[in-house]
Amino acid sequence: MKRYLPFIIIAAVLAAVALIVLLAGGSSTPTSNTNQNLLNIPYRTPTGAEPPHAHGSPNAPIILEEFGDFQCPPCRLLHPVLKQIEADYDGRVRVIFRQFPLSDMHANALQAARAAEAAAMQDRFWEMHNQLYEKQDEWKAAPNARAMFIDYARSLGMDRDKFTRDMDGEAVYNRIIADGQRAHALGVNGTPTVFLNNRELQYDDIRVSSRLRSVIDAALRQKGL
Amino acid sequence: MSRGKFASTTILYTIAAVVSLAGLLDALYLTIEHLQGRSVRCTVTSGCSEVLGSSYAVLGGVPLAAVGAIAYFLVFSLATLIAFGRTRLKNFLAVIVALMCATSLWLLYVQAFVLKAFCQYCLLSAVLSLTLGVIVVVNRIMNKGV
Repeated sequence: MKRYLPFIIIAAVLAAVALIVLLAGGSSTPTSNTNQNLLNIPYRTPTGAEPPHAHGSPNAPIILEEFGDFQCPPCRLLHPVLKQIEADYDGRVRVIFRQFPLSDMHANALQAARAAEAAAMQDRFWEMHNQLYEKQDEWKAAPNARAMFIDYARSLGMDRDKFTRDMDGEAVYNRIIADGQRAHALGVNGTPTVFLNNRELQYDDIRVSSRLRSVIDAALRQKGL
Repeated sequence: MSRGKFASTTILYTIAAVVSLAGLLDALYLTIEHLQGRSVRCTVTSGCSEVLGSSYAVLGGVPLAAVGAIAYFLVFSLATLIAFGRTRLKNFLAVIVALMCATSLWLLYVQAFVLKAFCQYCLLSAVLSLTLGVIVVVNRIMNKGV
């Protein structure tokens, strides 16, 4: 028996590794998710900042709620995918953006979140949101990111002084905190995290437009639409 | 090999197997996070995103963490076999551990001087690789009776 024991130990570890990989990979297939009943968020989950930044009809049957960080590279990659989805599923999909700046690893993320919220106070949230993602490479490592955000605001036709004041203001900070509280309650620990009608989607399902489309289509079919 | 040397080899390579198992779990976690495309959150250091999102984290399209996981599994298997008496595999294990130590030192250099950011999971892997290196060297010294 002792002769075979090392091989049994090695095989057991290999099997455990295979199981871990299988569980991690298996949970990310779109079909397994779309066949499940849509889960409702528990009643006491914080609502996040109100009103949320949203695109699309409030009566849309599909709500995609993204928790994003403007400095996160995968979030930037998701940005054009969601834009395309918004255009293609007009009236059927509503996209909500929530702030989840990972400021412990992205030095300018919180400042970017503040910039987007300050822009929202002049009804330019989505313009700033797009600008921040599209110019991420320009500001992500810049020591003067704040000045760059003020420049973006000016180029988008905003009142510079109001923008600067709002960026440092409590109202903006409270919105970011409110989104953060919702994120923590939902167990969000990375970005981008997207929920489809309160059900968390795996990253594999959102990074490619065709995968996200099939998840949305399946959810629409499930609703008989 | 004397009974004392055999016992010390068994103990040292059992420790090596446990250390490599920890390295395997670390590398496996990073591989899964890499493949799922998520930004990994650092809890001790602050550069996980910069390090794991850099071009140094991928080797010919394969996540470096996956290569690390394979290396740790290989070391775990060899250390287990050696601990159970197959001492002829020691030289093979020593070569792999030497390569891992060299890679770890290179990656430490990249984190410190190129990326100027540290990822805690990568630092843990470096510590584990270097620990394996120390175990192999100590065993060699003991077996030579120095």
